[in-house]
Amino acid sequence: MQSLVIVAHGSHLNPESSAPTYDHADTIRATGAFDEVRTGFWKEEPHFREVLRTVEGDEVYVVPLFISEGYFTEQVIPRELRLAGWDVSEWDSDGLSADQATLVAEDIDREVHYCGPVGTHRAMTDVIVRRAESVTNDADVGEGFGLAVVGHGTERNENSAKAIEYHADRIAERDRFDEVKALYMDEEPEVDDLPEHFESDDVVLVPLFIADGYHTQEDIPEDVGLCEDHTEGYDVPETVDGTRIWYAGAVGTEPLMADVVLERAADAGADLGTALDDVRETTRVATGD
Amino acid sequence: MSDPTSAEADAADDEPAEDAPAVPDVELPSEAFDAVLDALADREPGKPVRFEGFSAAPDEGDGYVFAAGDRPKTMGEGELHEALAERAAAVTDWYVFERVVGEFGPRRAFLRWIEDADGETVATRYAALAEGIERAWGELRITATVTDRGERRYDVRHADDAGVPVDELDAYEDPLDARDLVTFDEQGRYRPLKTAPSLAGGWAFPDLGPRDLYETVETIYPATVANWHREREGELDVTHWRETMERQSGIYGVVKTWDRGEGYEHVNWVAEACCDDSQCLKRREWQYDDETDLDVDGGDGAFPCREPCSVVVSAARKWTRLESEQPRTYEFDLTPSEKEQVEAIIDAVADGRTDEIREADTKEGANRYRTRFLRAKLFDDEGNLGGVPTEPDEE
Repeated sequence: MQSLVIVAHGSHLNPESSAPTYDHADTIRATGAFDEVRTGFWKEEPHFREVLRTVEGDEVYVVPLFISEGYFTEQVIPRELRLAGWDVSEWDSDGLSADQATLVAEDIDREVHYCGPVGTHRAMTDVIVRRAESVTNDADVGEGFGLAVVGHGTERNENSAKAIEYHADRIAERDRFDEVKALYMDEEPEVDDLPEHFESDDVVLVPLFIADGYHTQEDIPEDVGLCEDHTEGYDVPETVDGTRIWYAGAVGTEPLMADVVLERAADAGADLGTALDDVRETTRVATGD
Repeated sequence: MSDPTSAEADAADDEPAEDAPAVPDVELPSEAFDAVLDALADREPGKPVRFEGFSAAPDEGDGYVFAAGDRPKTMGEGELHEALAERAAAVTDWYVFERVVGEFGPRRAFLRWIEDADGETVATRYAALAEGIERAWGELRITATVTDRGERRYDVRHADDAGVPVDELDAYEDPLDARDLVTFDEQGRYRPLKTAPSLAGGWAFPDLGPRDLYETVETIYPATVANWHREREGELDVTHWRETMERQSGIYGVVKTWDRGEGYEHVNWVAEACCDDSQCLKRREWQYDDETDLDVDGGDGAFPCREPCSVVVSAARKWTRLESEQPRTYEFDLTPSEKEQVEAIIDAVADGRTDEIREADTKEGANRYRTRFLRAKLFDDEGNLGGVPTEPDEE
């Protein structure tokens, strides 16, 4: 019996925080690839500490719905899941290449496959592009458009910037958008000056966050100048200093994120049948005609 | 994993007490009979499948050995069907727990507990299920029934909605729909703690099967069944306050500094503030450490709380900072009624009663007009109570 456990941050204050986790879990359930799909949280229930005891399967894949490798994926989650003998060297990662580690979870005395975070997986690049398609409602968006991939800088976690650069570089190599830039909230180049970094009249701004919350709904819209105060709201696109900015909101809310969760489990050995193809098909943006 | 009960118990049940509820007639569904044949196909002769009061095993050839009481009888499939159909209640009971519910410990234990399957005979349970067996789980009311094919059906709703006709409630079928029911309280406020006694009512899952019942309860009160099950097995892993705080890191690492080896009164206050039954339906089993029990009541909930939760840890982080301050003496004058009013306001907020205090009820200390009057009288332009600055050098 094969089980998937998606672990995410959650929130004591914001109900939107866990919404993408539930949505992606539902998408994956619908594929039937796993006998059960469970969700666990740091700030909601079931907590990381107790989620594994709700799991029935003997092949358990744990996928963190986090953007980068760092404090949560390297310390908090392994500790709270009680992964015996965990050491970050198990992943042998350069900050982007964590794949999986198979360890006994002491809570259930069974092996689990602890996967790297979704945010650093190569398939995440496609989700960012898909997010741009969704927000512009154009499955071929690219020509005449710039793309800004935005996240925290290194202030909180050096790997955060690595993940943003990694995906921005990969998208740039595809020559699909006229320009692709990685911008940051707390270091140069800053998202506050977005129009200065682009020549294109239209720029899609995709924040590399798992869920919508303070950063994506208040911080970034105000910093970029989409609105004076987030309570006023803003249009998509909104023109700032002559640049039309298509603000996408958290990339983690894009339905295709379910694909990255599946990719992580597949890389760790899960048998998925046709689930990957199914998810790519069911989460597709309709072509405009 | 089957639950053989002695033939004597079965025989005794043939003569029910006069006021006992009637045992319903149950037909043997083909899927239950087929499941028995499948189970027998996997057995060796002499290794019977046991039902309450009888057993069946394959014989050396193509037939079966059926044993009820002391005389085993060899028979073919048709005769076996007849024998099982006559005992359809016991066969469907086997089918429900061995094939529908399955082995997973928490789910199996919970569904057996609902109808006391480890304490009562099939006849007694089927009679009780025919009337409806009610169980409480947190704020939930679960009603178990049985169909004329021996299938279990369950109705789950808020206990406050007990007895309300289903068509007056929002009816759901998919256990995952319960996620939307637990997110906000009746006033639309986000519920950060699923076991808080603030579950809104007005809905029902009127016709769930066993597995979906378990999933619905798991969605409304995550991991409570698993922890309850571990406790029943004598295997609940309780992590006490000190150990939990020692484990914290990052922005929560500071909480370990709150324990200074000077007693545990602060943890009593935390438990009284957060873990009282009025705040959380879990029964607190964690203490200060494994040698030091807290002095406040852990509550009466059906399911245990095995360690300080994330809400408690987050609040403890705040209190660790606040409690590092040294007390100071502030001087300002209050009338006796004003002192009592301050106490009434604290009580009203702490007990979540502010919404219940009527707008014009000025007898209540925490009444809005009374409180606004107190502020108008006692606060200076900077919002300082009694005109006394919080920091002395602000004067």
